[in-house]
Amino acid sequence: MLKEKDKIFKNLYGFEDWKLEGAKKRGIWSNTKELIKMGSEKIVEEIKNSQLRGRGGAGFPAGLKWSFMPKDSGKDHYLVVNADESEPGTCKDREIMRNDPHLLLEGCLVAAFAMHAHTCYIYIRGEYYSESSNLQKAIDEAYANNLIGKNACGTGWDFDIYLHRGAGAYICGEETALLESLEGKKGQPRLKPPFPAGAGLYGCPTTVTNVETVAVSPTILRRGSKWFSNLGSANNTGTKIFSISGHVNNPCNVEEEMGIPLKDLIEKHAGGVIGGWENLLAVIPGGASVPLLPKSICDTVKMDFDSLKEVQSGLGTAAVIVMNKSTDIVEAIARLSHFYKHESCGQCTPCREGTGWMYRMMEKMVHGNVEHQDIDKILDVTKQIEGHTICALGDAAAWPIQGLFRHFRPEIEKRIQERNKRVA
Amino acid sequence: MHHPGTNNKVYKKINDNFEWSSDNFKKISEIIKKYPSNRIQSAVIPLLDLAQRQNNGWLSKNSMEKVAETLSMSYIRVLEVATFYSMFNLEPIGKNFVQICRTTPCWLRGSDKLSKVAQEVCETNVGETSDNKIFTVVEVECLGACCNAPMVQINDDYYEDLDEESFKKILQDLKDNKSIKVGSQIGRKSSQPERKFDA
Repeated sequence: MLKEKDKIFKNLYGFEDWKLEGAKKRGIWSNTKELIKMGSEKIVEEIKNSQLRGRGGAGFPAGLKWSFMPKDSGKDHYLVVNADESEPGTCKDREIMRNDPHLLLEGCLVAAFAMHAHTCYIYIRGEYYSESSNLQKAIDEAYANNLIGKNACGTGWDFDIYLHRGAGAYICGEETALLESLEGKKGQPRLKPPFPAGAGLYGCPTTVTNVETVAVSPTILRRGSKWFSNLGSANNTGTKIFSISGHVNNPCNVEEEMGIPLKDLIEKHAGGVIGGWENLLAVIPGGASVPLLPKSICDTVKMDFDSLKEVQSGLGTAAVIVMNKSTDIVEAIARLSHFYKHESCGQCTPCREGTGWMYRMMEKMVHGNVEHQDIDKILDVTKQIEGHTICALGDAAAWPIQGLFRHFRPEIEKRIQERNKRVA
Repeated sequence: MHHPGTNNKVYKKINDNFEWSSDNFKKISEIIKKYPSNRIQSAVIPLLDLAQRQNNGWLSKNSMEKVAETLSMSYIRVLEVATFYSMFNLEPIGKNFVQICRTTPCWLRGSDKLSKVAQEVCETNVGETSDNKIFTVVEVECLGACCNAPMVQINDDYYEDLDEESFKKILQDLKDNKSIKVGSQIGRKSSQPERKFDA
């Protein structure tokens, strides 16, 4: 288990004061000036050495992403923090923003300095009203104490942070859709290239990055990349906030070391599966978009990017959705299909038409109201959506269904047989 | 499933004049400062939000035209944003906008039952407004509070760790104009593991 002293998020549950005074007690903003004095190249180097991978879902190496920003483009540079947390199962950024907002703001300054940005927009999902109000108060405090603004922290670097509230669209968590939305348009993803590091917000070099990734960076610089990379395993380093929801006795967010066995995570932190471990049916280990895992895999799998990839799933946002044997697994996935149907932006035909068709098929499958060959048909359609759309929402809609049939095909076949008997 | 925020038609029955309140007029100049001076279109979502708050929770044609005028945008660009985002209601709603999360993590913990409770107490169907205009009940997709499932958003606030009984009480109290407790209904702090309650 992660030791208390290695935790980055010391106020994850909000037992302590989230405001500036409390934040300072936890060491936030203590020597920010010295961190900035390391210089942007050294900061990026340290983040690279720590092997921090982005916490928003894709797991792209953070240091590498920061280094894509041009050095002297002659244009304004932007840091955009993706706080549009909407992946079903995920509620970690919310706790950071309402219980430790200064951790995020200090991270913004450090990250923006490293990528030569004077301006940062934090795009928070519109439904997070009280979270945005805490964050705005924290921003106001930081301005009033000269931690950000002109000559931030006395470093000579001018730095502004603006909070921008969205209005309820899952797709705006996709980085280019988020930029479109921030520019005042419909949140429809852009074709890439150009990538945001070349032409992002207002056509200027931009890096879009997740709340958690930004929030951990000052601590990495303070304690050294070595400390961070010693946690977890190679290529899967550090700590991570896991959101454990569904059929567990104590659903919770918890910060743990990368690579903790899934069983330990559920039993030690979430009070175990309702009805005991033997009552487990399946787990979605990384938010709605990744394929589910049956109990046999959950018994031994470790929670990190590479281990989960090996079992044809993914760490995603590390949102663990637990389902015990009382679950109608087909309905559970059908609900996710409804989610993707609802959230498709409608730009690409395979996704716009496909998500609706898949949802209707899944709804029929819940009651076995299909023919046996329809199973192969829906799998074929998922393959035709996957990889044929501008953004990953098409893939995300396809994967849960593929995961269901990979592990629970007999369940649906049984329902079809039962229905055939009823009809006959 | 009907939802005033995913409706794509402009509501024609009511279209009162819309002028910014003086408070909001001040707020607008603050909001616009966040964006580069040649990029004030970025403020369209915050301004639509302001307009909606001023207009009892929904956007009339005149209010959207006002936003377009304020930001020097064409009306169609504003309408296209208002229809795209589900938080913008394009028809009138009740005093309490009850949004029940229906996505898998909440469903696993009984969001279906909450939906039934809401229909009984609010005396309306999902997707509709009660006759007395006190409640609009809708089912929505993931609201991002999955470790506190099942949960419901009423106007701006989240009500978490619900069961049928606690949800019934919340709705009844709203009906009776009593004040209600926001957040976790079982006394949990944020999303802490429950057994550490007294820690």
